[in-house]
Amino acid sequence: MSEKKSIWSKIGNTLIKNNVTVLFVLLCVGAFFASTYTLPSLFTELFTRLGRNTFLVLSLLIPVVAGLGLNFGIVIGAIAAQIAIFLVVHWGFTGFSGILMTVLICTPLAVLFGFLVGKLFNSMKGTEMIGGLVAGYFSDGLYQLLFLVILGGVIPINNSTLMISTGMGVKNVINLKDNLRYAIDEVSMLSIINVAFYAGILIGVILIVYRLIKKQDLQLKKLLTVLIPVIALYGISYVPAIRTFLSTPRLMLLNAVELGVIGVALFNIYKLIRLTAIEKKQGVPIKQLLYIAGAGAVYASTYISVIYQSLCAVHLPVLTFMLIGALCLFMPWLMNTKLGQDMRTVGQNRAVATSSGINVNRVRIIAMILSTVLASYGQLISLQNIGTVATYGSHQQVGLYAIAALLVGGASVQHATVKHALLGMVLFHTLFILSPNAGQQLLGNAQIGEYFRVFVAYGVIALALAMHAWSNRGPKKQRGTLVR
Amino acid sequence: MEETYALRMEHVSKNYGDNAVLKDVSLSVKPGEIYALIGENGAGKSTLMNILFGMSVIRDTGGFDGKVIIDGVEARFNSPNDAMAAGIGMVHQEFMLIPGFTITENIKVGREDTIPTLASRIFGKSLEKLDNKKMNADARKALDSIGMDIDQHVRVAGLPVGYMQFVEIAREIDKENIKLLVFDEPTAVLTESEAKGLLSVMRSIAKRGIAIIFITHRLSEVMDVADRMTVLRDGEVVASKNIIDTDIPEIAELMVGRRIEKLVDENETHYTHSDEIALKIRDFQVDMPGETVNHIDLDIHKGEIFGIGGLAGQGKVGIPNGIMGMFPAYGEVEIFGEKLQFSKLGDALHKGVACVSEDRRGVGLLLDESIENNIIFNAMTIKREYLTGLGFAHLVNAKKVRAFAKEMIKTLDIRCTGPQQRVGSLSGGNQQKVCLASALALNPRLLIVSEPTRGIDIGAKKLILEHLVDLCRNHGLTIIMVSSELGELRSICDRIAIVAGGEISSILAPDAPDVEFGLAMSAARVSQEVS
Repeated sequence: MSEKKSIWSKIGNTLIKNNVTVLFVLLCVGAFFASTYTLPSLFTELFTRLGRNTFLVLSLLIPVVAGLGLNFGIVIGAIAAQIAIFLVVHWGFTGFSGILMTVLICTPLAVLFGFLVGKLFNSMKGTEMIGGLVAGYFSDGLYQLLFLVILGGVIPINNSTLMISTGMGVKNVINLKDNLRYAIDEVSMLSIINVAFYAGILIGVILIVYRLIKKQDLQLKKLLTVLIPVIALYGISYVPAIRTFLSTPRLMLLNAVELGVIGVALFNIYKLIRLTAIEKKQGVPIKQLLYIAGAGAVYASTYISVIYQSLCAVHLPVLTFMLIGALCLFMPWLMNTKLGQDMRTVGQNRAVATSSGINVNRVRIIAMILSTVLASYGQLISLQNIGTVATYGSHQQVGLYAIAALLVGGASVQHATVKHALLGMVLFHTLFILSPNAGQQLLGNAQIGEYFRVFVAYGVIALALAMHAWSNRGPKKQRGTLVR
Repeated sequence: MEETYALRMEHVSKNYGDNAVLKDVSLSVKPGEIYALIGENGAGKSTLMNILFGMSVIRDTGGFDGKVIIDGVEARFNSPNDAMAAGIGMVHQEFMLIPGFTITENIKVGREDTIPTLASRIFGKSLEKLDNKKMNADARKALDSIGMDIDQHVRVAGLPVGYMQFVEIAREIDKENIKLLVFDEPTAVLTESEAKGLLSVMRSIAKRGIAIIFITHRLSEVMDVADRMTVLRDGEVVASKNIIDTDIPEIAELMVGRRIEKLVDENETHYTHSDEIALKIRDFQVDMPGETVNHIDLDIHKGEIFGIGGLAGQGKVGIPNGIMGMFPAYGEVEIFGEKLQFSKLGDALHKGVACVSEDRRGVGLLLDESIENNIIFNAMTIKREYLTGLGFAHLVNAKKVRAFAKEMIKTLDIRCTGPQQRVGSLSGGNQQKVCLASALALNPRLLIVSEPTRGIDIGAKKLILEHLVDLCRNHGLTIIMVSSELGELRSICDRIAIVAGGEISSILAPDAPDVEFGLAMSAARVSQEVS
């Protein structure tokens, strides 16, 4: 009896601990049934929004780890991206080269901005969040000054499509239709494979040359074991059927799931064979078998008609999701480096960090630079998907919605992971998509749903900050009782 | 052959402004020796350690005189990092551990072992990968060497306090070049059995040739582990002895010292107090961080001056703060037979208790307000005095206020330009007098003064103490005086309670021998062993 009880109380505890997330799951389910949305139509919109905004949300993680809290200052990263986009559009770059050019311009800008914000935050330790919020407003003001007065007013810019007809100030919409729109989204898998292949070969050659110069062991055998399968795989891409599949600009979600399932299954079968045949480990490798069974189950579920339809309705922008995936992998990797460990230490306790020889201010500035740069890339990804830049508005709500999404996923001011970001994105945007429609159905007014989602965004942030304040009061009390 | 020392400090002196906190202090510690450093609060131990660790406080206040010699080489540390690099480690009293980290991470914090990666070759060392395997192995080794069999992957949060102390020690001895380890009151927060374990670990560390400086108030522990000891008092070395040549009573006496300057000349015999009980405390607990009161029973009689002494952090300051409701308190408190309600804010004030806080700039005074406003503020808000009623509104009766303020300025000799001077611009002693005046304005039955002479000069000190005596003897006020300065307690109090570990260790007469005071302050446990 008592065991049963403890299991229930455990479940209860986890539910209470993740109260915000649980509430959102319930809201999402409720809103879904109240709305006229079908699963396929929801999926289509959801994945569009995921592609657009996930990168931005992930850019919030590093400052949380480094103890800087929720970085409302990512607005400044977004501003860097928009300045770069304006210049690139003005100079007439298009397509992927335009994107590269934008990255080239916005990276140094974002580094500079991140450095300045980091400096600011270092002189206001403990109140970074309000500082970030105000710094965001302040930089918005400077940005408006730049775009309304200086561009055209001080720096002559001859461009009738971008500038207001008086010649001073930038129009309030920059259209990306003929230059940057979908420039990242619609890079085909074939081009990605091509670029990756040649880049790989180049790195291999450089490595060999480097080792020759330094007179190190060439490790040719190791290189070849990597190179041969890569070349073989590359060769496969020349098979006509595969080639046409790879050249489509986007990937159907169904195919992505299939590829994923095959990948997971193959990897685990390989591991299984290695464990039993080569390393001769005793016992049944349950973990691998479970993975394979899971992959099979997922594949089988694609034959359910609702799921099948939903998966067919979504066409993924391949490179965008690859970039998001890469960032998701980058975070744990970074945390496993000396720099990442320093960030965690600084985030947990600055006094301990200082006394163990970590340069706290430097680590915090690095965290802010990384976050700002990633935020600027995130804004770039988002804008190229939307296809228009609202010159004076696109950046304004970026921080608010990204932070709300992160918090919905169960993150807090001190603790946020990739998982929180991804889960939060799904929940927050599901509700975002559904609420106007649900409002229309339930109350006959879409506007109410609209209000509701804005209310929810602010409400979640307020709740998280209140809970942060609460939990901050806890430890003090503990110290008092320590003497007993 | 000359003996080699791990550390020698020679003729170290240090002044904070005009105030000499260290006067020509010399000590030398041999490798593998446990060296006890004993002294009351303010004896100069922390300053000495700050000098050893090159803390910035020392440099910012004009440096120090004398030499610090480590392994025969004179050292000038500009930061704690320099000291660490030279092989000096510190086991802190307040743990420098990160609760969210595992034991391994805590042991290795800031000194993580890493493996180069491709990214680190391009972008620099900070992107090297952590070598978790080596770190765990090192942590295991360090833990094993102090006989701790806990898993190194466990998070520190939730570990018993004693374990945390051991993790701190493991972190220090994991440092390869460690030569000298300072234990700053390591047993203060431990239970008796934990403390015993710690002492044996200290012995085993010393056996490995590491010198240990052991700062503590628990004299029995000094007798247990130390080889030699130095007693500091008022910034001077009172004695340096081998432990075998001394005993607890002697150390206790050296620590407290014969320094009862008669601050107040009291020719009359002590007032024989009435049997009426002014303050009755039963099973009293106060949750004040750093000054926890655990379990106290006290009866204070009407018309006596009752002293509460003890070392910092033992809980003596917690008592007035608990009564006044500044921190959560539990138990039973009766004031002249009326039960105090902790849940009601300011209940003690309403029941006729006034308190002069030890934190006069933070709690006691409104620094930007005038002297007169400070004096009457409490009386105005609590007792609604000095007000002229105009139906619903109440105005301050400026005339009455001015008159009372002038009277207090005269009787307490507050040196000022007038009752309207800003309190923030007064000297410490005069600020303290304003605090006292403000408490007296309440016309209390029971007056609690906490550290009334902290940071004020001898003249003001004398005046305040004299006035307290006058209030008690001639006006029948009951006074509780909480103070770190045993000398002043002994000069005016009728009875003195010494608080140690959040409990009353004994109640002594002011003319009790030094030894008894010394023993009481270094915890009751010791006195039992002696007697």
